[in-house]
Formats: sequence, C-alpha cells, structure tokens
Amino acid sequence: MERPAWAPPGIDISVPSVSRIYDYYLGGSHNFEVDREAARKAMQFLPGLPKIMQANRAFMRRAVRYALSEGVSQFLDIGSGIPTFGNTHEVAQTAAPEARVVYVDHDPVAVAHSQAVLEGNERAGIVQADLRKPADIFAHGETTRLLDLERPVALLLVAVLHFLEDSDDPQRSVAELRDALAPGSLVIVTHASYEGIPLPKEQAGGAVGVYKDIRNPLVMRSREEIAGFFDGFEMVEPGLVSMPDWRPETPAAQEDPFAFSGYAGVGRKA
Amino acid sequence: MTPSQEAGSAAGPDDPEDRLRRFATIWSRAIFPVTATSLTRPEFERHLLPLARELSEALHTRPFDSAAAQRVGAALVDAHCTDPDALSRTLGVVDAYLVLYCGNDRESAEDSRARCARLQHALAAGYALALRERTLTEQEAIARSALAARSVAMEALHATETRFRAVFEDAAIGIGIADLDGNVLEVNDTLTRMFGGLEHHVRGRKVNEWAHPEDRPQTWNMYDELVRGEREHYRVEKPFYRNDGTVLWTNLTVSLLRDADGMPQYQLALMEDTTERRLLNLRLRYEATHDALTGLPNRTLFFERLEKALAAGDGARFGLCYLDLDGFKAINDSLGHSAGDRLLVEVADRLQSCATAPGEMVARLGGDEFVALTTGRETQHEVSELATRILAALAAPVTLDGREISVRGSIGIVEGPAAGERTSAEVLRSADITMYRAKSAGGNRFELADPEADARAITRHGLTTALPAALERGEFFIEYQPLVHLGDGRVHGAEALVRWSHPQHGVLGPDHFIPLAEHTGLIVPLGRWVLQEAVRQARSWHEQADRDRSAPPLRINVNLSPTQLHHPGLVADTVDVLERSGLPPGALCLEVTESALIGADEDLLKPLRQLAEMGVDIALDDFGTGYSNLANLRRLPVSVLKLDRSFTQGMQQHPADPVDRKIVEGIVSLAHSLELAVTVEGVETGVQAEQLRQLGCDTAQGWYYARPGPPDRLHTLSLADAV
Repeated sequence: MERPAWAPPGIDISVPSVSRIYDYYLGGSHNFEVDREAARKAMQFLPGLPKIMQANRAFMRRAVRYALSEGVSQFLDIGSGIPTFGNTHEVAQTAAPEARVVYVDHDPVAVAHSQAVLEGNERAGIVQADLRKPADIFAHGETTRLLDLERPVALLLVAVLHFLEDSDDPQRSVAELRDALAPGSLVIVTHASYEGIPLPKEQAGGAVGVYKDIRNPLVMRSREEIAGFFDGFEMVEPGLVSMPDWRPETPAAQEDPFAFSGYAGVGRKA
Repeated sequence: MTPSQEAGSAAGPDDPEDRLRRFATIWSRAIFPVTATSLTRPEFERHLLPLARELSEALHTRPFDSAAAQRVGAALVDAHCTDPDALSRTLGVVDAYLVLYCGNDRESAEDSRARCARLQHALAAGYALALRERTLTEQEAIARSALAARSVAMEALHATETRFRAVFEDAAIGIGIADLDGNVLEVNDTLTRMFGGLEHHVRGRKVNEWAHPEDRPQTWNMYDELVRGEREHYRVEKPFYRNDGTVLWTNLTVSLLRDADGMPQYQLALMEDTTERRLLNLRLRYEATHDALTGLPNRTLFFERLEKALAAGDGARFGLCYLDLDGFKAINDSLGHSAGDRLLVEVADRLQSCATAPGEMVARLGGDEFVALTTGRETQHEVSELATRILAALAAPVTLDGREISVRGSIGIVEGPAAGERTSAEVLRSADITMYRAKSAGGNRFELADPEADARAITRHGLTTALPAALERGEFFIEYQPLVHLGDGRVHGAEALVRWSHPQHGVLGPDHFIPLAEHTGLIVPLGRWVLQEAVRQARSWHEQADRDRSAPPLRINVNLSPTQLHHPGLVADTVDVLERSGLPPGALCLEVTESALIGADEDLLKPLRQLAEMGVDIALDDFGTGYSNLANLRRLPVSVLKLDRSFTQGMQQHPADPVDRKIVEGIVSLAHSLELAVTVEGVETGVQAEQLRQLGCDTAQGWYYARPGPPDRLHTLSLADAV
C-alpha cells in the first residue's frame, strides 16, 4: 500500500542501508554494525564488491570530467548516498569552481549527512526525494535554486537504477527525467549485471540474496535491458561497456577483475 | 608512459630523485590494489611521491625525528588507504626498499637499518592514530546524521500527528476507529456527541452491536467484505440506536486501513448526522403529500398510490370512488368559507373511517373533491360497498354553528384490472365523468363508469380550460327559440340560447359550460357577446319588419347569469349595446332566474331597476322553483314571469291534471293583478297550448312551436304564422 503522504519515512538504524553499506565497501566508517554485517555477508559471495564500488567511483570521476569538457557544468546526482570522498561536487568543483550540483537520495540519514558535508557550499545541495517520483525532484526548492533546466544538465544515475524493481517502472522514471532536461543534457549510468562478474552466477547470486533480505533488492539486468534506459539518448563513445573500458585513463588491463562487473555508459539527449 | 619508465630513461639510475621515484612506484604498486581511492594509478603514485620524500629525508635528518613518519602514516589514511593491508604493505615496502633506494654512503648500513625500523614504528603509530581519529570522526558524523534525520522525522511526525489530532478532534463529522473484530478503539468528540455525549456508550463497544432493523440488507454484507479485506470502503445510510433508545441517522463511510505490508488492520468510520435532515425531509415529504386542511393524503400522494395500484399486475384489481359534494358551493356562499372548511374537515374524518382496510385510502384532490381507493383482488364488489359506506357516512347531518347541514355527494366509480392498461390520468378522468353522471342524475348516489359514456363525455376540466380560447376563436353561436303569443298564435319574439361548437365534442348546450363560465368569471365576456349578438340579430329583424311592413317587430330575450347580475358594468354594457345597434330598449327582455333574486337587496336590484326604467323588460325565469316569497314580487322590477316547465307538464295529457290547472290559474291571476305578463315554457302539445291559453297565459315557448334554431328559421316560422 502507498504510504500516506503525510507520514514521514521511518528512521530505523537497526535496518541496513545501502548507502552505509556502500560506504563500508569503500573503507569508510559512516556505518553501523547492521550495515557491516550485511556487507560482510555479501562479500562472502562477492569478495570483489569493494573493487566494483571503486570502479564506480573512478568511472563517475571520468564521466563528470567528460561532462565538464563538453561544457555541461550542472549535475543532478540521484542516489548519491553517503558522501565520503571523490564525490560529484568535489570532482566537478575542483575542475570547474562554478559547477553546480544537486544530490538526491531517499535515505534520510544519507540526506542529513549530506547536509552536514555540504554546509557552506552555495553551489551544491541535497534533496530528499525518490527516483520513483521524478516530479518531486524537480519541484524541490534546492533543484530550482541550483539548476537551470533551460540549459543542459548531467544526470547521474550511478549504481542506483539496479535498486528499482521492474514493478517500480524505472524506464518511466528515466523517461520523465529525460523529458525534463534540456537538449544536450547527459545521462551517466552504471548498472549491476551478472555479465562481467568473474564468478559463477550462482555464487554472485548469493550477494543479490543478501540485498533481498535487507528489503533493498538488487536487480541484475542484462546489457540489453540496461541499454533500454538510454532510449531517447544518443550513446557517447565508446557506448555501453564495462566500467574500466569507458574512456580509460590508464590501461584497463591493470584493473582488478571485479571492476569489469556490470555496465557503464553515457548518453546525450538530442 | 609510466613514471617508472620516465625515471628509467630521463635520469640516470643513480640520480637520488630518480631513486626516490622508483621507491614511490614500488610503494604505489604495493598498496593501490587495497586502497579505495578514486585516483588513477599515476595520480596515486604522484600523490605518494611527497610522502616518499618525507620518509627519505627523515632517514637522514639529525637528530632523528619520527614526526615525519607519523605524518606519512596519517597521510595514508587521508588518501583513503584505510584498509589495514595498506599499512602492512607500506611497512613491507619501507622495510625492504627505503634504505635501498634512499640510503647514502655517509651513513652506516646498520645505522640506516635502525633508523628505518624506527621510522616504520612511527609511521604505524601515525597511521593508527589517524585511522582511529578518522573512524571516531566518521562514526560520530554518521551517528549525528542519524540523530538529525530522526529528529527531522520526529518533528515531521509530530507535526502531522498534531495536524491529524486537530482534524480528528475538531472535525464536524464523527470519526471512529475500530479493529477488524469490531472493537471500537477511538472516537472523536463529534461522534460521541452524536451518540448522546457519553464516551463509554461508544468506546469499547463492538461495531456489530449496532445493527438496526432499518439497516439496508447490503450494509452488513459490505461490512463483512471490508473486514475480510475484500473491499476497501463502502458508504451507506445507516440508523443507530442511541443508549436512550432514540435513533441516530447517519451517512456512514467505512474505509479499511492496511499496514505497511498491505495487511488489513483497522476500520475507519466517518459519519455524518443526518437525523435532523431526515426528519425535515420526512416532514417536507408529509407536507408535500398531505392536505393541510384535512390532513388527508393529497393529489400528489394519491397519484403515487394510484399509479402503483394500476401497475400492480399479477391478478390485482383496483377500485376508485370519485366523490364531489352536492351543493357545497351554496354552503360556502351562504355560511362562509370558515364553515365550509369545517364541513370539509368533518367530511374528511367520515371518509377516513370508511376506508380503514389494508389497501384502502382516502385523499382530497382539492375543493370538495375526494377520492377513495381500494386495491386487491375483490375490488369488483368492494368498491360498491365502499361507495355505499361513504354515502351512508355522509347521511347524518353535520352541525355547523348550531345549524344542521345535510351533506350529500355524488360518486363516480372506476374499477378494473391493475394491468397497466390505463394511465392514472385516464382513470381519474373516467371517474370524474362518471361522478358527473351521478350528479346529473340528481346526486346523492354513485354510478359505475361506462366506457361508452366516457367516450362521449366531456370533462369539466377540459372544457374549463378550453373556454377562453373558444370565445376568442368564435366557437360560440346562438340559436333562437320562438316565443309565441297565445292570443293570436303569432311569433312575437325569441329567446337567445348560446351554443358551443366544440371541435372535439360537437355542439354543447349551455348546461355544459355556463356553470363553468360562471365559476371562472368568463361568463361576463361571454354574456356580453351573447347580448351583442342577440341584439344585433333583433335589430336586423326590426329592419326587415320595417321593409316588409308585414308584422310587428320581434322582441329578443337574453339570459343573465347571477355573476352578470353582480357585475358593475351591467347597465353600462347593456346601454352601450343597445345604443350601438339602435334597437329600442323595449324590444329587449333580460331573463333572470328566480333563485338569483332570492334575498336580493336593493343594491342588487338597482341595476335591474335602472334597466327597467329605460324600458328593458325583466323576466323572472324558472318561476316556481325557488320558493320565492310571492309578496316580494311587488318589490322586484320585473314585468314578466316565466313559469317553469314543471307546472305545465301535467297539462300535456288529456284531461289535464286539475291540481296543476289550479296552480297555474292562481299564478296567472296573481301575476296579472301585479301587472306581470306570464310566459310558459316547455309547451309540447297542442292540447297543452290550448289549456294554457284558456288559463290566461300570455306567451308560450316549446317544441310544439319550434325547437331552438338559426335566426332565419325563426323568420320562416314567423312568416308562416303570418299567413
């Protein structure tokens, strides 16, 4: 059943959070034992999870720089989680101080943490909203304050679409986001997949089971399904590839084998 | 190109800077795989280079200072090398390569090894300290964020709860929450007040204790579906018993509340108190369907019931009595409306007592018209019994203001199968027509509807509404019946008789529409038209007589109705008509019924007197039916008595009835002594005519001479007589 609109989302830190688990994978301490317990369980099946996350960060870093090089300096980062290091605003504002960033997350703890981290940064803000309801994102005061939707925006959907089940209709969410953005806008996507994981599917599936247990199902999708999210966008070279293969700055061969799990790509709205 | 390649080619292998770079490269390769950094390998290696330099310098600085190595340890943590493996690998690299790549010949190997070992100790301490600080800081930050998020959520929750409380407590509608077993958990004040004001009368009770006999059948079905989770909500109109036994009527909406997993949990009831509105509706409905004077059902309710009865089908029948009081208008006129109303109330009470069986009803349609309806299978004989009971109930006189008034009624009965063959309007019309037949037959009786009579019949209502248009469209015409002088047998005048050429019903006599015209007031314009028309005709006879010089000019008799008599324009209108036509006033005779002049005062007689003074003759019509005071005749401005036909009927046979003879003789003698001429009506035989002539009557009219006809026929008769 739909939650009534007036009911605030519950804050229950006895329930693991994917943002804090992600932080743990990256060696952070912005997490609680429940998060670490879940993370450790997942890593029993997929020990390379931290490497996958690191590859995500590295890809995101390259993609943000690419966006800046294309003249896009507004960023809408949905599913931003706990900001630890190497975040969108750090990468973007280091290269281009005028860059503007709006983070979006539905986890209230991640949002509170982001608020603390972003305090004093006039060109970055955090919005508590859900990817399932793009209209809420665009209606939020921080979004309207920071982003000029008449100009191109780089939309980051990094490691977030795989947390939307098919019944949530992620295609529709992406389409609504796309329709709200100006031509020339970019969409930056990474998505989990069994393809590229250097382990048997049965074993990797154990990690998926852990996410299912914590009621935050991880939906593995095929390359073809992931390519479907780029409907209405033109793929930027080299297309939809493994994360290390997307415009690498160092030989991809040096990367950890787990870094090749899943897909990354950037699309441009015509 | 990698830095190691660069170092290997651009500078010599023994260049200290180059050796430092090679150390950094080895270090970077060792720990990059266990870092979480998002830097690329070359970036990371460049990041390590200054740290390598610090270590290198610390190896040589004198006196020995471990602070630099501590800083390097801390810097590793800053570079997100938080995996303890990064420390152990760093220590391994420092242990194996620092002296090798950064040592010099000035220091002994032993001294360098000792320094290197101490640097490792310091680096590890610095790393541990920094990692501990970072861990504590991050733990504190995330805890603070969690607290902040929770307090935001609590505030929001509190705010919404406060708002919700306000809505709940201050709502104008009753709100209650119960669990799925029907236990009432919470109710607001409004709901408590609806139930009488005591909370324990509501709270703690079970929903299904509130069944009420007037609950709609689906109410509890929908309730069961809702608590089983098969229905999200329902809305019904539902009565409740309050603790004091009174009934609360509500518009009730019940919704199912589910928990976060969609499992049914509570039921939420919203109720609006509609008791007052319902009472008001019932009262309005009662007022709209009942007659204010008598309290009987009115025309609206009667038609509803009649329609239902007519559509009952399945072998059912209906019987309808249509009652109209005889002579009610006279009672109203003579005793006043208030007495008339009291009479109607008494009649209503009596009628009600006649129709007490199930399926029977009495209603007042308006005025002195009542209906009684009976339904069932035996109405064929029941309806006559009902009519008989009604007539019997009316038989006892009603006492009004100390006077006993006898009430009579005429009843038209329609009876038939309730098979939807006839509309309620058709049935009522048929009953109305039949009632008229009963009335025409003398009243105080009932008649059964006869389809043939219906087909021919004319309803009062239809005629009444058609009258004004009929006058405009010229549907009226006049026939003339000769008045014959008994002395010489000559036609000496004619009575103008108005007819209505009705488009559907054909030619109608005055009996059919004059009372209606009288009732609606149309008699005034109609009477004026008749006068004009008749006078114009008389004038044309006069002209013809002048031309022919053959006969004395014909006189014209025109009837005046009681309403015309009261009309203030009577004299002026008559004078105007005479003057316009040029007919001498002496050629006009106005006939006024005896009953219209009974008890007439001087005001009423004044216009007649004025007309008489002008030379217009006034005839007293239907003389002998109104029990007039003979002594009063002197006072009246009349010059002719028209003897009612009932006096002359006894003279149609031979020999004539001697009593009738005596009476007529007496009246004629009296009239002549008062200098009044006597005209007799209804002369149908020659014997009769002869007798009346012998008795001294002056003028006669009747079928023996001629029926009423067009003006030219009269002329023919008149000419024939002349021969």
